[in-house]
Amino acid sequence: MLLIEDKQIVVPGEILAEGDFHSGRGTFKDADKVCSSLVGLVAVRDKKISVIPLQSKYIPKRGDVVIGKISDIRFSMWNLDINSPYSGILPAAEVFGKEKRELNRAFDVGDVLFLRVVDVDEVKKVKLGLKGRGLGKFRGGILIHITPTKVPRLIGKKGSMINMIKDQTKCEVVVGQNGVVWVKGKPEMERIVQKVIKTIEEEAHTSGLTDRIKNMLFELLGEKTEKTEKTNKEEDFEEELIQ
Amino acid sequence: MIIILTSKLIGNSNKGSLITSGTKKRPDDRAFDEMRPLKIEAGVLERADGSAYLEIGDNKVLAAVYGPRELHVRRLLKPNMAILRCRYNMAPFSVEDRKRPGPDRRSVEISKITTEALNPSVFLEKFPRSTIDIFIEVLQAEGGTRCAGISAASVALADAGIPMRDMVAACAAGKSDGQVIMDLSEWEDKEGEADLPIAMMPRTGDITLLQMDGHLTSDEFQQALDLAIKGCQIISEEQKNAIKNRYGD
Repeated sequence: MLLIEDKQIVVPGEILAEGDFHSGRGTFKDADKVCSSLVGLVAVRDKKISVIPLQSKYIPKRGDVVIGKISDIRFSMWNLDINSPYSGILPAAEVFGKEKRELNRAFDVGDVLFLRVVDVDEVKKVKLGLKGRGLGKFRGGILIHITPTKVPRLIGKKGSMINMIKDQTKCEVVVGQNGVVWVKGKPEMERIVQKVIKTIEEEAHTSGLTDRIKNMLFELLGEKTEKTEKTNKEEDFEEELIQ
Repeated sequence: MIIILTSKLIGNSNKGSLITSGTKKRPDDRAFDEMRPLKIEAGVLERADGSAYLEIGDNKVLAAVYGPRELHVRRLLKPNMAILRCRYNMAPFSVEDRKRPGPDRRSVEISKITTEALNPSVFLEKFPRSTIDIFIEVLQAEGGTRCAGISAASVALADAGIPMRDMVAACAAGKSDGQVIMDLSEWEDKEGEADLPIAMMPRTGDITLLQMDGHLTSDEFQQALDLAIKGCQIISEEQKNAIKNRYGD
């Protein structure tokens, strides 16, 4: 017997169904009851019930692409913060091969990299690599952090959402599966992208989001032309003051 | 200070006579099985992974959850599960006489029992080698802050997206003026005969905390326990509403 509706918000411990049902992600079984273990939206597929969390931490998985920030340089590897309970390591051999070079010549503390998770072992040591298309160091731009479970929503169906943002703002946008987003473009455009991404994060659980984001983008871009004029005026004013 | 105390005592003794005259009302005009007004809000802090604000009567409690996050203290780390750490702290301005800031015997005890009350509810095995940190700040105290803290922390854990078996709710019962009552106020706790705070997981009915201070007969204990469980169920409903309200109806 199903006790909830599809896409309903549930809380931890809430009984979702009794009897012949399978427990999927975000749920657990207690005798013949399927209960939610998270705050999230219910997804019922045939006899399988899962809960899609509204908030989560990134748990590294082999093959994921992530954005990380270098937090430490060790003898033969870099330590990276990948917005997760487990920090990542990038072995020097991944970057230089067999050649020996000084590590801080290549990447320094604070550098932002686009990486692939090569391996996660049983002690949760996260090995990262740079081999692959588009992987490497970012220059400039800003970082935006969102909840990892909302990454699919930000990308949209076949990239519809993210491509719309890229086209409208002429920014480069890279999304890591760990919920870190890198944006580079004109400063005012970066701010618009940040605003839009934060809205997507807040409203990820609502329907008809793509259309609303489209309207929001048009509105913000309309505003933008006025704003640039204003900032120009402010700059002129500052110059006057200096003189 | 003395003036406030005496006026309080006079006020209560007046109302105390009402009790003996048979109306069965408490100093704040509540029925014996009535809880103080309750308000819970989830997601109040921007920088924490999860947070909650709880008001019950004149208690004001803020709970923040950080994690699961990396733990650098190697000796605490567990290879098969996360660890839960709690800190219960009372603000210096939370009580009538300024409280000396910093941990004391009482707050260390409450931190420990809070950890133990919440531990069975969290799926700690999902995040091996990490830590979940909970900070409970009592902004204003009026009796029953440990229960308020546990209830708030549980909402904050759910808000942080941490998988749990159930949301732990906590409520006290006790005996004051010869009457077994639910949700003791500060005065009832201090002047009363007994205090029985409990924490439980309402779905299964598992009790994760049970403390008792004072004297109760076994009949009275059973009555008080039933009242406390009833209180937990009321709080539990409010906790669920708080989470659901955060995401709009």
